[in-house]
Amino acid sequence: MKFLEYQVKERFKAAGIPVPDGRLARTPDEAALAAGALGPVAVKAQVPVGGRGKAGGIKLARTPMDAKRAAGEILGMTIKGYPVREVWCETAQEITHELYLGLTLDRDARKPVLILSAQGGMEIEEVAEHHPEAIAKLHPDPWRGPLPFEVRDLIFRAGLGPLQAQLGPLIIKLYALARTYDALTLEVNPLALTRDGGLVAADGKLEIDENAMFRHKDLHGADESDEDPIEAEAKRRKLTYVRLDGSIGVIGNGAGLVMNTLDLVQREGGRAANFLDIGGGAKAEVVHSALELLASDPQVKGILINIFGGITRGDEVAHGIIDASRELNLKLPLVVRMTGTREEEGRRLLQEAGITPEASATAAARRVVELAATGQR
Amino acid sequence: MSILVSRASRVLVQGLTGREGSFHTEQMKSYGTNVVAGVSPGKGGTTQLGVPIYDTVVDARRDTRADVSGIFVPAPFAADAIMEAAAAGIGLIVCITEGIPLYDMVRARAFVEDAGVRLIGPNCPGIVTADEAKVGIIPNHINRAGSVGIVSRSGTLTYEVIQGLSQAGVGQTTSVGIGGDPILGLSFKEVLALFKADGATRAVILIGEIGGSDEEAAAEEVLGPGFGKPVIGFISGRTAPPGKRMGHAGAIISGNMGTATSKVQALQRAGAQVCDTIEEVVAAAGAALGQPSSAAHR
Repeated sequence: MKFLEYQVKERFKAAGIPVPDGRLARTPDEAALAAGALGPVAVKAQVPVGGRGKAGGIKLARTPMDAKRAAGEILGMTIKGYPVREVWCETAQEITHELYLGLTLDRDARKPVLILSAQGGMEIEEVAEHHPEAIAKLHPDPWRGPLPFEVRDLIFRAGLGPLQAQLGPLIIKLYALARTYDALTLEVNPLALTRDGGLVAADGKLEIDENAMFRHKDLHGADESDEDPIEAEAKRRKLTYVRLDGSIGVIGNGAGLVMNTLDLVQREGGRAANFLDIGGGAKAEVVHSALELLASDPQVKGILINIFGGITRGDEVAHGIIDASRELNLKLPLVVRMTGTREEEGRRLLQEAGITPEASATAAARRVVELAATGQR
Repeated sequence: MSILVSRASRVLVQGLTGREGSFHTEQMKSYGTNVVAGVSPGKGGTTQLGVPIYDTVVDARRDTRADVSGIFVPAPFAADAIMEAAAAGIGLIVCITEGIPLYDMVRARAFVEDAGVRLIGPNCPGIVTADEAKVGIIPNHINRAGSVGIVSRSGTLTYEVIQGLSQAGVGQTTSVGIGGDPILGLSFKEVLALFKADGATRAVILIGEIGGSDEEAAAEEVLGPGFGKPVIGFISGRTAPPGKRMGHAGAIISGNMGTATSKVQALQRAGAQVCDTIEEVVAAAGAALGQPSSAAHR
């Protein structure tokens, strides 16, 4: 789950991490009121993607009239597919220097990692690539978190020694916040050094581990219903789905197998319309739901179902396929490859329903590409 | 010989009484695995599938001397189950559970490391030593005993390779699915080192996928001339667009590390033969053993 900037900043504030004063506005008039109360403001589009500044979604406003005009321009913009419905108006900062502070999980170290750099701002990824020495890292023990001396060491390694009295407590608060929210990513970029010598979180990103959502049922993040309608529908159906740009709908079980199915479709001259993993142990309803979703996508000209049952059972999958294709009166070419646990029952059920499973994944990919090209059932 | 599990393994199943736990315990038993105990808190003293159930791993271990645990516990409780097994002195823990919160896993991972215990998974299909023992969910009938070792990050793709090999008459020693999560127990490196030391394994197949850099690390640190056995590699997700997540939280491309190209090149530099399809993997394994692999062996 992702959050909008103002949602992240509310949490920073509650955790004692300094943020600029700000107000949310849904209309140009509300933005004018905010500027009236706050003075010169930055008017910032609230969308759950990066690159807002470059897209023209952040404007400085000296007066309430300026703020009204800026909000009028930004509200209604579409940034990377997300319509802007809200702007965050916050006190303009006199920034003298931009730092980077972030926390994520380091899969190679199998630990959380705190990242600090004196060269923050929009180009942080380029800094990481070209000047890795400018990035300091700390892997805190996951049981006790970062200790003050470890954090001091991190700060000195980043060349930010003079700021240690302010930065140290801020880093420890950020780590605690990340733990509270099971954050996969928690980022302050830029962490701004202002003219008066203070540190303030000028922007923030938070993404929560989907696996941990059972601990955060009360949380509401960014409304992502504006994304691709099929992706949004997949999310509602709790399917792991990624939109791609081809015409072959692909359903499989297991990320590795589905990725390999996409590779096979491409080898056979086709292109997949999506990645859809029904996961381990899927029941008939899940298969049904997945098939229904792909059938609703006008981009899909043929569907390939590739199942290798381990924890997933062939008979369950077959029931899902048969019920869905009857109920949806499916007109698209449908090619099934099924093997593994309870494959005999699954294949028999399919054959009785007039669907002949293919012998291998490669043969199935070839067949669906052929059928989709000719539009045959 | 084989690695990790054998006929002598005494297997405990945590979460045996659940839907998946009981189905797959039955499968494991029918494969010949010596399942000596189950653990389901609150159900101690009962018996299921002819296996005694205990409330705690400590009790089960005291009575049965179990040395391997397979975990089928729901995700919110699975990291705790891993640590319970490690604390009770289980030497090898195989966690099948998918969807464990990552902060739970980084803690469990640190815990098992301190305990000096081997963890496979989570979110993995488990291990099979062909014709001896199985801990996990790899379908029984696809395995065939022989001399190829398999280590893979993907579950279902592992089955694909095992089945392909068996149908071509190329048997396996042990097949290990290390799991698709970002925070794992054993990585390619450690499993490859075990295969290197195993006398019965004459060739090794490595099935990787985009994301992370475990394949690169294994290629640089373990493979190479000193490995002494032919290695056949395969990387899935080569046509996945950069920046898109493909379900596994792990399959995320970031920077240059973790791309299919980076992995393929690292493996090739280490002398592995990298194949484009599973069919080619099967043929290459047969050839590496001097076995003409073909459908005629079916």
